[in-house]
Amino acid sequence: MIGAAVIIMGVLIYIIGTVFYKGIPSLTWEMITKIPGGGFYLGKEGGVLNAIAGSVFIITGALVISLLISVPLVMYINFYLPNKSIFSSIIRFSLDILFGVPSIVYGAFGFALMVYMGIKASLMGGIITVAMLIMPIMMRSLDEVTRLLPRDLPDALLSLGSTKYEMTKVLLRQLMPGLMTAILLAVGRGIGDAATVLFTAGYTDNIPSSLGQPAATLPLSIFFQLGSPVEEVQNRAYASAIILTVIILILSFSARYFSSKFSKNKI
Amino acid sequence: MIFANQHLETLTVNPVKETNRTVLLKKVMNNHTIRIENLDVYIEDQHILKDINLAVPEKSITCIIGPSGCGKTTFLKTLNRMHDETPEVKIKGRVYVDDLNIYDKGVNVIDTRKKMGLLAQRPCPLPMSIFDNVAYGPRIHGIKKRKAINQTVIQYLQYVGLWDEVRGRVRSSPSRLSIGQQQRLCLARGLAIEPEYILGDEATSSLDPLSTKKIEELFIKLKEKYTVILVTHTLRQARRIADYIVFMYLGKIVETGPTEEFFNNPKKQLTREYLSGSFS
Repeated sequence: MIGAAVIIMGVLIYIIGTVFYKGIPSLTWEMITKIPGGGFYLGKEGGVLNAIAGSVFIITGALVISLLISVPLVMYINFYLPNKSIFSSIIRFSLDILFGVPSIVYGAFGFALMVYMGIKASLMGGIITVAMLIMPIMMRSLDEVTRLLPRDLPDALLSLGSTKYEMTKVLLRQLMPGLMTAILLAVGRGIGDAATVLFTAGYTDNIPSSLGQPAATLPLSIFFQLGSPVEEVQNRAYASAIILTVIILILSFSARYFSSKFSKNKI
Repeated sequence: MIFANQHLETLTVNPVKETNRTVLLKKVMNNHTIRIENLDVYIEDQHILKDINLAVPEKSITCIIGPSGCGKTTFLKTLNRMHDETPEVKIKGRVYVDDLNIYDKGVNVIDTRKKMGLLAQRPCPLPMSIFDNVAYGPRIHGIKKRKAINQTVIQYLQYVGLWDEVRGRVRSSPSRLSIGQQQRLCLARGLAIEPEYILGDEATSSLDPLSTKKIEELFIKLKEKYTVILVTHTLRQARRIADYIVFMYLGKIVETGPTEEFFNNPKKQLTREYLSGSFS
């Protein structure tokens, strides 16, 4: 057991160590404030702001879409349907399957859908596909915490004469930390995924200014830079990896902060 | 039935105004009580409650006693229609609350529950401040004015003797309160919806003796204004606070009667055995 712990710690330290060791020297202010200039992929000036912006746009959009669908669905199967409802077990089963679908399949599916609808690789396409990817993750983890909720609380609310809707609103407060965890898991998965956005969001050196334009993403940016034969560009890939890690860390800490703020009256 | 409909109507209006009309109606009807006729409850295939017939006297404490699994809690849940949430439960028979069968078609569940203040086994404060816990009921039932809500909250926190203890921190979380204080908070929360009946489901079983005493004193105070129905596991508690006793065994009512008579002169053999402690 100690050995297993040591291996896990070792691997983690090795990954972070490598990324920082190779990336820190290339991590300049220019990297995060400038879009790639001419010859950026040959080692000339420029940064990855296009990819940072693209990633943030896509994940924000995808998060909004999937929250709008996941939260009502999870509340519905937990509080509106009876305990042993067949419908809710079908939904849970489908979510389990969707959870295990590899992201490249979502990418391909999203691409096929876009071809069918006649949309080009764009920010919109990326948002929809990433939303599809993170929705099952979000629903499943929110569902887990919702099912652990003690039965006393819904009963107490109902016996006060709440309607189901009023009850759900109060229960959501109690579930806020669980919802935050679900968001974190989903965002962590969505922002770092390359395969879903490969076909659907495209890649560009500019910051997208509308939903119809293609958008660059950090994972793809890392991928392209790593594939370059120029060593300087390869090191920039590690710098981009640091940026991606830091974005996830910032999201994680802010989510925790807000969750503790929202749940200060949690029982 | 005309009276019953009128009464239902009064419940949907603003509770502050309602009291006068309710009092008037009470005088007219003079039948302000719970009456249960031929009640059978099944959970899946199990027959949990068997042919219950009972009239609960108003403005008094009725204690339901009996060994574990005899259907006491199931019985209590039929009174505020909490079984509606579990479709496995089938209910036959009639439960009249203020002369209205609450299992009739078209009876509003919310109105029925609003008439019953439930005090559960373990206190379960809502995830909001102490103040909002008490204000929750009035708010969802349509009281908007801040002044009226403040007044209600203070009134009921005082009623349960919690106001002086939480005065400076009503805006903080109830999770720091002791479990006895939490139970009194839950009682205040239940009273704030202005019910007519108080149901207690072993409300003191998770409390220490001192908190139990406080809750029991509150029950005695409550019976001046409300009809109180308690499920209890402890015979001594029933003897201390009850006016009437209902003894249930295996889903049937074995014996009922005024407390003194029930304990001093039980009529049935089963009751005598239970009181002497040969089974529990």
